[in-house]
This record gives sequence, structure tokens and C-alpha cells, in this order.
Amino acid sequence: MSIIKTKYGRRSFLKSSALAGGGMVLGFSWLASCQNRTEEEILAMPKEWFEINSYLKIGENGVVSIYAPNPEFGQNVRTSMPMLIAEELDLDWKKVIVEQAPYHAEKFGFQLTGGSRGIMSRWEPLRMVGASARHMLREAAAQAWQVPVTEITTEKGVLYHQASGRSAGYGEMASAATSIPVPEEVTLKKVEDFRIIGKSHKNVDGKDIVTGKPMFGMDYHEEGMLIAMIEHPPAFGMTLKSVDDTAVKAMPGIQDVVTIKSYKEGFEKGGFDTNAFPELVAIVGNSTWEVMQAKKQLQVEWEPFAAYTETVRGFRGDVTTKNVPGGLESSEGHKAQMDALAAKPGKVVRKDGNPEAVFKSAAKVIERTYTAPFLAHNCMEPMNTFAHVQDDKIRIATPLQIPSLIVPTIASSLDIPPENIEMEMTRMGGGFGRRAYGHYIVEAALISKQVNAPVKLVYTREDDMTNGIYRPTYQATYRAALDENNNLIAFHVKAGGIPESPLFANRFPAGALDNYLAEEWSVDSNITIGAFRAPRSNFMAGAEQSFLDEIAEEMGKDPIEFRLELLKRAQDNPVGETNDYDAERYAGVLQLVREKSGWGQNDASLHRGVSAYFCHNSYAAHVLDLTVENGKPVVQKVTCAIDCGIVVNPDAAVNMAEGGITDGIGNAFYGEMTFKDGVPRKNNFHQYRMIRMGEAPKEIEVHFVQNEIDPTGLGEPPFPPVFGAVANALYKATGKRQYHQPFLGEKTVLG
Amino acid sequence: MAIFNLNINGKKQQVDVDPATPLLWVLRDHLNLYGTKYGCGIAQCGACTVHLGETAMRSCMLPVSQVGNQKVTTIEGLSENGDHPVQQAWLEHDVAQCGFCQTGQIMNATAFLKANPKPSDEQIEAAMHGNICRCGTYSRIKSAIKTAAKTS
Repeated sequence: MSIIKTKYGRRSFLKSSALAGGGMVLGFSWLASCQNRTEEEILAMPKEWFEINSYLKIGENGVVSIYAPNPEFGQNVRTSMPMLIAEELDLDWKKVIVEQAPYHAEKFGFQLTGGSRGIMSRWEPLRMVGASARHMLREAAAQAWQVPVTEITTEKGVLYHQASGRSAGYGEMASAATSIPVPEEVTLKKVEDFRIIGKSHKNVDGKDIVTGKPMFGMDYHEEGMLIAMIEHPPAFGMTLKSVDDTAVKAMPGIQDVVTIKSYKEGFEKGGFDTNAFPELVAIVGNSTWEVMQAKKQLQVEWEPFAAYTETVRGFRGDVTTKNVPGGLESSEGHKAQMDALAAKPGKVVRKDGNPEAVFKSAAKVIERTYTAPFLAHNCMEPMNTFAHVQDDKIRIATPLQIPSLIVPTIASSLDIPPENIEMEMTRMGGGFGRRAYGHYIVEAALISKQVNAPVKLVYTREDDMTNGIYRPTYQATYRAALDENNNLIAFHVKAGGIPESPLFANRFPAGALDNYLAEEWSVDSNITIGAFRAPRSNFMAGAEQSFLDEIAEEMGKDPIEFRLELLKRAQDNPVGETNDYDAERYAGVLQLVREKSGWGQNDASLHRGVSAYFCHNSYAAHVLDLTVENGKPVVQKVTCAIDCGIVVNPDAAVNMAEGGITDGIGNAFYGEMTFKDGVPRKNNFHQYRMIRMGEAPKEIEVHFVQNEIDPTGLGEPPFPPVFGAVANALYKATGKRQYHQPFLGEKTVLG
Repeated sequence: MAIFNLNINGKKQQVDVDPATPLLWVLRDHLNLYGTKYGCGIAQCGACTVHLGETAMRSCMLPVSQVGNQKVTTIEGLSENGDHPVQQAWLEHDVAQCGFCQTGQIMNATAFLKANPKPSDEQIEAAMHGNICRCGTYSRIKSAIKTAAKTS
């Protein structure tokens, strides 16, 4: 049980309606959101709503509407976040309607989908929303019944006064509750009293999804809306020179061809304003097909740009200088650049003990280098946005992960005051980090302004895949020093990438070794990169966990036992003070996966690989069982153990882990983007190989460590360690270690 | 431009479009049926799957001029109340994550189950090979297809 002050986040208790204290009028958008409901459901809708706070409306008949504050891209927060409110408010989940909140920082706080931070950041605030509303309802009942508030209990949307035998539904007290002051502090439930949290609840959007209701940005439609498409340079390192639009403008259904510049001179970009192609041509017309045809005929001249430097104000206010070189880059050149830097000393980011000396005197040194290519996110729904600029106002409907961070850019590029930016957050057809970068919203807005009409900007798959914001290409060299008794006495990692280093210097095995050295380097590039499910971890985990597997073998140790020994050292007597993981919880997932996978009782036909990693405040371990059939690797089973604290919606959490595992296997085997003279070599799914059903694991078993720790991340943590589990199982199957992703690429069979 | 009389979800629909327009864009742009998705435009991802007669077809490469009088069924017309056994199985297994590919998956699965009501795992994998799910819900899709095969 924890008592928390409601002062923190109190702004979220603002009411949105001027009719506070009384009934409120339903807005049009709310009614529109009901259109998919059956007649029976609509009849069950309240005649009057009472707004308790910005998240909650209670109808006179006890139906409760909850705003889901964060954008949804498949992580199921539209179910799990309302569950947090419903828990503390003791609601009957059957009477809950979930609505999507629009972008509104003051009412809904930081509306972020990313960094596996959703549930973690909303855990206390949303429960507080529910608990304070419950208090107000109890207070209203106490006043109505003239009894002490402490004697009022609640269950499933009903208030009770046991001594007098009175009871009332929340709907009956909702009107009175609106005039009760928000309490100064509230008491949150004990974990053992949870009734909704920890029990599986089906996706509130399940029915709309399986019946094909329009819910994605791509499905947004308004009368009179035009369709826009962009043409961006064919290569990184190039920009717009000139456009000849005469022929295209005469094509059927084409309204206009315009050029846009995404940023004003002197605009200081934010960390998510990454954009390789800020000058574009846009074609605007009546229908998607007509615009697509015109796009093929458009005559554009492109030219190389010169190197430039820009400052970027990061997420936390930190200003960094970014060098963007000119030139047309190729993957072969990247490889040579990375090898050259990897051969030189890097920037030392952590050093414990005297690793250099120990390496010199070691009986044996093992050195291995790992690489991974650029990756495209390939969200199933290509980038798109609806925008309508009218004077100094704009209406937007967009699939976007972090709406607040694009507001300053829109305000600057369109001369629109931030308060005049109205943004609807549509469901996203995938995100994976890609939709944290909202340049496509600025583009849609600029196009709408120029053609003076509502437009929906639609990227083709080819536009989407060749636009940048890729997962960077990385390289890491690991060295281990062993003494004459095969004890690990020093550890060295030197990692870098284009254009960023993937290294986390203070992660395991840092803290478990007396002599440890971490160095990093990076190479500038004009190919843009962005967050991709578990940024940097998604490479480091695979490299590190493959290397640990190899040195365990060299030392003659069981790979799980070897990791547990290191973790025990880190727990009992850690080296250094800035280790960013909890060694006990880390060991916990390894112990759980060892038990659940039946590790040690191995079936000889199964090749097993183990891997574990910590990122986004959570711990995940996998045992992956692989067979080889006609030269083709088949993942038979993945057993997974996760410690992410309390699990809010267990079946949805299992789904998320299954997806992360499948995604990891797909990218480990096939994921790759390469470049030739600045041109991405793949532009659609005939070239970019994605994992398909027959290649997914035949079975996935997910286990969560049971504890009462506040929830931490889940969307990302199961993903990075999969790469190591695949590599280690492949080694068992083939006798060959895997150092370079993708492990299969376009090949179908090993070897 | 030319006039086409189409039979979509049991209703007669008339559109006046370029004959080369893929059925996908006729559905989405001209008939406001948004359940059929654009994912790749080259029949490589399956998000645009509809039924032409009883056959699953990728609508993104099917010119409207080739539809003729064949019956077209989209996700919106698969069942009256969204209660086709395959849709129900999808809900039972809570398959979806982002959900974008799922209508195409469902349309592909329903046509497949009609032709092969009791499929093996290998047959399911082969039949669903053309449908990408970027979120990686394949194991649930497969389970849902097996459940639907049992109940229908």
C-alpha cells in the first residue's frame, strides 16, 4: 500500500468541460467513436455523462468512459492503461468504454509510446486517477447517506454502506461526485488486493480489428480530402535540384505539384527531427492510384549536397553537434571505414583494474568481432498523415509515437502557435521506433498549406523503405583474457557503428570482472538512423551473449552456470559503482529459464542456445531449440523468462513477448539493408526478406518472474537476447560460430 | 476512365475509374471500404487480401477491369456481425498486436479453410506464407486457424 500525494500530476485532474459540476454535452467526436457499436450497446449508453477528471466520465447508468492517454501501436496500452484506472476505481470492466485521448499535454501528460516506458511511467499516475475518483464517489455517498466516508466500501462499480445496508451504483453518485474536491492524497491498493491488474483482459479493440473498422492513420478520411505523395531523392547524400511538373500536372486526377522545405532556416532541430530529405516534391490529386501513376512520370533532377554541421537539442535538453558528410555511401565503404576505426584505440568509456597489463600477461586471449547491418523498420502501415491547415490553425490525424515532440517543428515550419495544433492520435500499424520521427507530419502540413486543402499524405512502401531512420550498422570486438587455469581474468569490448556507437559501458559483464575495458567509436554518415526496438541493445545483446557462450565453452563451463557465476560476483562484490543492472534479478531469469526449459536434460536432436540480457529496466532470458531439416534451420521452441515486475495484463504480455521473439528471429536470420552509391538496395518486400509464418518458432513458452516490483519495460526487453540465442543454437547445430548478421540473409539453407 | 459495375459484399456498386486501377484502391478510395489494407502494392505482404468468388486474391495488383461480374468479398462482408468462426477464433486467441495485417490474414485464412477444412500445421504455414505480420503474431494466427478448423 502506498499513500501518494495527488499534487504530483494534479493538472491531469483538470476537467475538459466548462460544465464542471454538472452533466456534460457529448462532443461529436465522442459520438463518432461509438459508430461501430451495436444498437444494443448504444442503447446502453448513458443519457448524461459526469466528468470526474480529464480521464474519466461516468454515465448516470454506471457506464464509465476512460481515455487511453498514450498512442497505440500494438503494445495494447489501450487495454492495459485503462485497467490501471479501473483497478483503483473498483470498476466493473464490462461497463468500461475506452476512448483514445487526443494529443493534449496538459490533460494527459507525456503521451509517449517508446522506450518500453508506457506502463512504467503511468503506473502510479493512472492508479491515482482511479483512486481519487473512487474517493470522490465515496465522499459523495457519505454525504448523501450522512455516514462517515471511512465506512463506504466499493466493489465492481457499486458503493456500499454495510451498517445501514445501503448501496448505490457509481452512476447514481456521479453527479454529486463532480462537486467533491479532488483529495490531497490517496491510498493505492496493495498488490494482493488487485482484482483487475494481473488478470488477462482481451484487447478492447479486438472486434474492430477483426472486422476491419477504419482505425489507422491510413484509413483516415474526410469529405473533400486530397491524396498527396512525396518524391524524395533516390540516394542519401542528394537533394532536390529542379522539377519539371508539366506532364504530370496534365494527368488525370492531379491537382497540383508542389515543393516543400521541412525546416525553416535557423530552426534548432530536436532529437526526433531526423530527416535525410528535408526538400521534397509532392504530388497532390484526387485518388491514391492517380497520384501513384503521376509519381512514376514526375521528372526531377537531384544533386549531391555538401557536408554540413547542425546542432540538435536532444530529448533531455542536451545539445549535440552532428556532422553530416556529403557523398554517396556504399556498404563496402562502410565496412572498410568500420574496420579502420576498430583497429585503432577507441574512446575509453569505462576501465576497471588494469586490463591492459592483464591481457599482456594472459595465458590465452580470445578475440572475436561481430557485425550487424542497417535495418529498416518496415511497419506494415507505411508512413502517412492527414493534415488540414486553415489560417493559423491545423488539424492533424496521425499515427505517431511521440506527438509532443513534433509540436515545436510544426509550429516553426508553419508559423502556427502550438496551442492551435489539434492532433488526433490514430492507431498505428506498427511503430518499432520508426514512428517516433514525425517528419511526415510536417510534410503533410506543408503540403496542405500550399494547396489550401485537407490532404492525406501517403508513403508508398518504396518511399517508406528508402526514407532512412534505419537501425545503424554496428561492429563490436570482444576480447577475453584467461589464465593458465582457464579463469577469466580480463574482459575488453570495443564497439562502434555508423553513425553511432552501440555500447553500454556499465552493463553486464561490467561489475563482474576486476579488469574490464570498454571503448567506443563512430563514423559520420548521411544515412539517417533512428530508434529501432531496443536501440543499441538489439545489437550488443547478440554480440555479447554469443561471445560469453564461446568463452564459456573455452573454459569448459556450462553457459548458464558461467553467467550465473559472473552475476554472483556482481551481486556479492561488484566492481565499480555505476553498474546499471540488478545482478540478482538478472540471475533470476536465467535460473527460471533453466528450470522451465529443462536445461541439461537435452534431447540430442535439439540444438539449444541460451541468451539473457538486461535493457529498459527489465530482464529477459531465452533458451532456443533448433533443428536442421534439409539444411534449413527450424526453430522448434523458445522458452523465455522475463522479469518486468508486476505484469498488468498477462496474456497480452505473453503476446508481446512472442512477437518480440519472432521479430528477433526474423531479423537475426534475414534482416538487412545495404547501400550502393547512396541508394538503398532494397525497396519492397520482394527484396527485403521478412520472417513468415513457416519460419517462426513452432512453439513459444513465456514465463514471468512473480514479484511485487513496480512494472518495468516489456515491449523491447525480450527482443535483444533472441539474436544471441539464435547464434548459440546455430553453433550447436553446425559447429560454426556466427559472427555476422544476418545469419541467413537471402539463403534458404545453412552453409 | 470507364464505368464498372461491381458486386461487392453482395451489393451492386458502380465506379467510374481508370480501368488499370487496382481493386484495392477502388475499395478504399471510391467505396470507403478501409478494411482492406495497402502494405506493399506488389502482392508480397497479403494485407490487401479479398475473396474473388471463393478464392483469396491480392487486390493491390488486380485491375478493376479484370473483376467482371465475379463476387468480391472484403473483410466488411465476411460476416454480418463480425462473427465468422475465423473472426471468433481470432478474438478467442486475442491474436492482434497492431492489427494492420490481420484483416488480410483473416481473409486468406477463411478462403484456405473453405478449401481445406482440416489442415495440418505444414499446410497452414504454406497457405499463410504470403501474409506478413511485422509484429510477429504468427503463433497466435496459427492457433486461431486451428481453433476455427475445429469449430466450423
